Amino acid sequence: MKKASVIMIIGPLFLLGLFSFPLWNIVLGAPQYPEPLGMNIHIDGIRDMNEFDLQNIDGLNHYIGMRKLPKPEEMWEFSTFPLVIGGMITLGILIGLLGFFGKVSYKWFIGWFIIMSILGVLGMYDFNAWMVDYGTNLDPNAIMKLMNPDGTPMSYKPPLFGHAKMLNFDVTSLPSIGAWMMFVGMMLTVIAFFIGWKNGKSTRVKETTKFATS
Amino acid sequence: MRKYSFYVLMLLGFSALLSSCGNQGNKSASNGALSSSAAEKAYIAPGEHDEYYAFMSGGYSGNITVYGLPSGRMFKEIPVFSQFPTSGYGYSEETKPMLNTSFGFVPWDDAHHPDISQTNGELDGRWIFINGNNTPRIARVSLSTFETEEIIELPNSAGNHSSSFITENTEYVVAGTRFSVPVPQRDMPINEYKGNFKGALSFISVDPEHGHLDLKFQVIMPGFNYDLAHPGRGKSHGWFFFTTYNTEEANTLMEVNSSQNDKDFIAAINWKKIEEYVNNGGGTKMPAEYAHNVYDEHTHTGTSTMNKEVLTVDPTKVPGAIFFLPTPKSPHGCDVDPTGQYIIGNGKLSADLTVHSFDNMIAAIEGKKFDGDAYGIPILKFEDVLAGVVKSGGLGPLHTEFDDKGNAYTTFFISSEVVKWKLGSWEVLDRQPTYYSVGHLMIPGGNSAKPFGKYVVAMNKITKDRYLPTGPEMEHSAQIYDISGDKMELIYDFPTHGEPHYAAGCPADLLKPNSKKIYRLSENKHPYAVLNPSEAKVVREGNEVHIYMSTIRSHFTPDNIEGVKVGDKVYFHITNHEQDFDVPHGFSMIGQNTSELLVMPGQTKTSLWEPKKVGVWPFYCTDFCSALHQEMQGYVRVSPANSNVPLTYTLGE
Repeated sequence: MKKASVIMIIGPLFLLGLFSFPLWNIVLGAPQYPEPLGMNIHIDGIRDMNEFDLQNIDGLNHYIGMRKLPKPEEMWEFSTFPLVIGGMITLGILIGLLGFFGKVSYKWFIGWFIIMSILGVLGMYDFNAWMVDYGTNLDPNAIMKLMNPDGTPMSYKPPLFGHAKMLNFDVTSLPSIGAWMMFVGMMLTVIAFFIGWKNGKSTRVKETTKFATS
Repeated sequence: MRKYSFYVLMLLGFSALLSSCGNQGNKSASNGALSSSAAEKAYIAPGEHDEYYAFMSGGYSGNITVYGLPSGRMFKEIPVFSQFPTSGYGYSEETKPMLNTSFGFVPWDDAHHPDISQTNGELDGRWIFINGNNTPRIARVSLSTFETEEIIELPNSAGNHSSSFITENTEYVVAGTRFSVPVPQRDMPINEYKGNFKGALSFISVDPEHGHLDLKFQVIMPGFNYDLAHPGRGKSHGWFFFTTYNTEEANTLMEVNSSQNDKDFIAAINWKKIEEYVNNGGGTKMPAEYAHNVYDEHTHTGTSTMNKEVLTVDPTKVPGAIFFLPTPKSPHGCDVDPTGQYIIGNGKLSADLTVHSFDNMIAAIEGKKFDGDAYGIPILKFEDVLAGVVKSGGLGPLHTEFDDKGNAYTTFFISSEVVKWKLGSWEVLDRQPTYYSVGHLMIPGGNSAKPFGKYVVAMNKITKDRYLPTGPEMEHSAQIYDISGDKMELIYDFPTHGEPHYAAGCPADLLKPNSKKIYRLSENKHPYAVLNPSEAKVVREGNEVHIYMSTIRSHFTPDNIEGVKVGDKVYFHITNHEQDFDVPHGFSMIGQNTSELLVMPGQTKTSLWEPKKVGVWPFYCTDFCSALHQEMQGYVRVSPANSNVPLTYTLGE
């Protein structure tokens, strides 16, 4: 149980990576952008991949009537997410410590993982909803109003995951270092749970054996 | 086993057949002007970059052109001494001061010899310097913005030809006068030239951090023609060498009268000694008038200051600092090898090259073995300083460059060829024809302690039939030779812009990482800059109207202006708000008596318009900036001089 608890303490610490590394990265490449434009999505705001990228993405987007990329203060998510992540890290470490001193069982470990997963899915859902809004809710006076072959207005929603071709741009959207660190950290808590579970089983077996022989 | 050996034999036979075919192929190809391998050597695939930059002087274009080697592709023309309507250089209010001189605004010059800055004798790629020959000036061009940042005029000089060559730590950029003149200038009979005219050699110090130029001292030499120069390096660092002609001091029918002496001189100048003399209070301050023009990257503005005094040095007052080395036949190029040991005089009226030895020169000076003097300057004995003579077999040697393997390459104008010879043994190793009448040649790093001996570029004076004819006037031709092997191999031939008198080259990697992509708007300190479109405005001050305008794809802010009157002086101060690489915006106004502007991202430039006619006049962006470029336009309403139309400016109303 001590080993499992140590891993349980280490796991949530990986989430600290989200405070310095981007969660997600969206890259826009085109023939006239041999050095692609890109945005890094951090839990507290959207930043340039290279200097002036956001300004240049906004500059291009104005032709098709997309709104400017939000500043941190323009979306509640960018102030809430750091609090949620910070809270979950604290909670995870606390559970690990309590486990270490035998105050809670390994089942709390998977509990933390499940809550974190639900929050993660909710976060993704929210992120996707924002992208849908950002890519479809266009200025009616846009300079270029483009239609799909079926006559519906073209949407410019970037893919949540993977690659899409949007006009002359190749858009690639992938998790970045922060997300990968979060993934590793969360997997560690699952490992902590399994180690705790296995140890628990063998301890129980040992205790039963002891009981039988006495 | 037997089966296998049969196969092996068969393969061998087949490959022999193949290789013999290949040989035949090569033979037939070498019958043409270029073998196929030569074409491959000059070929840079689409999207690939060249290995070297080459900066060619434009001669009478007054500018520098930037090329790639070995492809010979031209990348840019950098305006230096000449107005350049393409960008508005010399037309915009900010750059007009750059062309200011003591003679007023001079919109042109004859740009000759570019030289890249050095540290410890090696190219450092910070700046490139070039001389204006006609109205003596030296310019410094930044190699991060590729823009002219500074121009200093040289008093007492005329035909600023033995320039602009830098010392091995860029301590000085040195400029000598080709034409001697009365110093100071005065009204006197021309035929009293002899003994009265003087030749000024200028030592311009270069601030190690910002590159700012300061005319530190001028050595006032006898009235010869100081033709070309090069710095000592390594052991000869601290010396500078100038070729002279017209030691006859003739003042008319020069082609005959200044070709009478069997030998002219190379002047060897110990500038460190003169610097010390000057630093200890030596020299005479003389009234003078010369412009010093500095362009600031952050205000995007040039300012011109008129200097009133120059420190002159009489060579006889600094004994042991200046000596004459007799050199046959009106030498032109004066070249120093990468070790600093050999000084080559290219006697343009002879077949041979004279090579002096620095060590011999020092020994002769120490032994005080002089052969008289000229105006108090000791003349050394020819035999004492001579290291060797290159019996070239060519005619009219002009210039010599060096590779990194102890070889020298000399151009021969009259016999139209480049001759490769060995330093020390003086034997000729190879010769290749040029097309035609080659002047200068360039090996990247050739004027430094560390040349990059892969290519040599020959810059020719005569083109004739090399390209499709374009009437009587044609661009000059250049040839690139691969010199990595024992023999020089012609690999490419291309036209150059203006008349390149020299070039400077360097590895692409030295400059590529430092080349600026944009100017930061946040660092723009132009007094009329608009940093936010909401600050755009129009202000009237008497009959001056200042339009503070910003541009971004694809509109001007403001784009409708009313209240301008006939007789006004309208200044368009345009700030480009783009912060994206290679998105300039242009500006032009109908009927404007000046050029367009090309404004780089983050930059502010100003264009003056003096409306003469009542009406509504359009202006537009001249650079195809975006898909909405054609929409990037605006109108100015011009009312009669006595009208009361209020001054208004709008966008999108």
